[in-house]
Amino acid sequence: MTATSGSIGRPMGPKPSLRRKSSRGSILADRAATVVLWGTGALVLLILGSIILHFALAAWGVVSPSFILSDPSETTLGGILPVLWNSIYMLVLTMLIAVPVGVLGGIYMSEYAGENVVTSAIRFAEEAISSVPSIVVGLFGLILFVDDAHWGFTALAGALALTFFNLPLMTRLSEQALRAVPQDERSASLALGATKWQTIRHVVVPLAIPGLITGVILTAGRVFGEAAVLLFTAGIGTPPHYNFTNFDLLSPVSPWSPFRPATTLSVYIYKLNSEGLGAFKNQIVDGSAAVLISTVLLFNLGARGIGHILTRRLTAS
Amino acid sequence: MAQMTTANRLTGLQARPGLLERIDVPRRVVFLAAVSMIAIVALLMTFIAWQGIQLFVKDGVSVSEIFSPTWNPLADAGPEFGLLPFITATVCVTAVALLISTPLSVGLALFLSEVAPNWAKAVVQPSLEIFVGIPSVVWGWLGITVLVPFLADTFNGPAVISLPVVGQVFSMPGFLTGFSWLAGSLVLSIMVLPTITSVSYDAFRAVPQELRTGSLALGTTRWQMIRHLLLPSALSGVLTAVVLGMTRAAGEALAVQMVIGNSPTMPAAITQPLTTLTSQITLDMGNTVFGEPWQDALWTMSLVLLIISITSVVLVRLINKRRLAS
Repeated sequence: MTATSGSIGRPMGPKPSLRRKSSRGSILADRAATVVLWGTGALVLLILGSIILHFALAAWGVVSPSFILSDPSETTLGGILPVLWNSIYMLVLTMLIAVPVGVLGGIYMSEYAGENVVTSAIRFAEEAISSVPSIVVGLFGLILFVDDAHWGFTALAGALALTFFNLPLMTRLSEQALRAVPQDERSASLALGATKWQTIRHVVVPLAIPGLITGVILTAGRVFGEAAVLLFTAGIGTPPHYNFTNFDLLSPVSPWSPFRPATTLSVYIYKLNSEGLGAFKNQIVDGSAAVLISTVLLFNLGARGIGHILTRRLTAS
Repeated sequence: MAQMTTANRLTGLQARPGLLERIDVPRRVVFLAAVSMIAIVALLMTFIAWQGIQLFVKDGVSVSEIFSPTWNPLADAGPEFGLLPFITATVCVTAVALLISTPLSVGLALFLSEVAPNWAKAVVQPSLEIFVGIPSVVWGWLGITVLVPFLADTFNGPAVISLPVVGQVFSMPGFLTGFSWLAGSLVLSIMVLPTITSVSYDAFRAVPQELRTGSLALGTTRWQMIRHLLLPSALSGVLTAVVLGMTRAAGEALAVQMVIGNSPTMPAAITQPLTTLTSQITLDMGNTVFGEPWQDALWTMSLVLLIISITSVVLVRLINKRRLAS
């Protein structure tokens, strides 16, 4: 309060020029400003609407069950099954690592962290990773996993690089969800004799579940569309035909193995565009982009819906 | 009970907590999870910095040479690793993107925070979240299929401004293909719009409601209140938003690479193709061999990007520190 009102610099009300009664000119200016501000809102809706319409039209006749469920082809339209599979696979693998670490980190930041050097160092690191370009994080993965650890392009290298990139987001969203739990709940639990950890485990985390799930889904949306991080870590080749009955987790060809290159849908779009070959390139990219956008829409709606339902269920009791 | 206490004191067997209880295990675990981010940043900086200086250390390129405007890594007479075209292009493309995006985003934030009724907020805010979620390759593809052809078809002649007496005062070549500085900036301006909007929105919401009602009660119009009270009060927040948008724009790789035309020249006209730091790295990394000077130059570019982003983090902190101090 003091900070904000102090920064205005004129504590005794508005500028002298404003002390007159509103003139006709200032009323007109106000009307004009209102129209312009409404215009910005309308513009955003217009852009989004046309993008969705554009892809709906472009994907018409391309996206079909066979497009989603068949392998890419040189001569026909083919499909995107392997790359879509890789996107889902990378998403699950990344979230398996990022969610536990992010939620635990969020618990520390919300429940334990004091005002000290370590906390501010963590905050600085959080901001630093968030601002490092995704391509640089990808290069870091390239040097660390692909070159120095001699893994080559693997799904695991990609998932770890994606984890690095999204950990700050996951941690911050978890911290926010946990901080939103009222202090009274903690005090009541501690007053009943529960230890701090029992309080966190049985009171704070359950109450924060809706927020935590929203955080997970928002992070998942970002992971699903990311490409720059994966170009130089998970590889950019056209995937072979996957044999989904090969469950050998160490095999370099099994679709279930983390030790194989995994070109995702986003990377595939980039690859098709940069190679620029193939009679069906435009249709395939339009179709893939439509699939990506629909998935992102689903993630967003899902985050809202689940957050909403859980909040109502958990707070109504 | 009392007896037990006495007995314990006598025998020195005062119940000491077990090892597991003395070390707060959960605390250690969550602490490790949080500090892992420090480890990641430290490792990332070390590795990128180490790779980034190889061009100078191993390949014997002097620091001043990277500020040359000539990029020719394959020249027989001695390759040239001037990074100036990329650095300047990154600055120029980002600057124009921000010029387009900032007024729009701040206007949108004002709309959401001051003007919009609840139903409009309920429509626009989720739309912005969808904007954030659209992957950068999709923005790039939209740029290629919609924006680039539009620019090439619409503005294909040179733009010339002539005055009666002075003669020609301004001329700019038209678009050749549409792949250009402007195309890159336009795509970026949409991509950073949600970032700038949401951070400025938070800044406007943080201004106490009493100040608004106070101003309106004195008879100001809403726009006067916004201009003379809200914008000055939230200035540091809006600045933070612009810096964050700048960071995102300067670091965006794929969308820019897809529409900018990839020509390593010094920026002169907004209609010409350019190459930014990120787009050159994206393009060349796969075509070079580890350890050769060409690739080392790419690592130096990524070090430049890292320095830009860390600088912006520090900048944001300084802006906010000033706000808290004043």
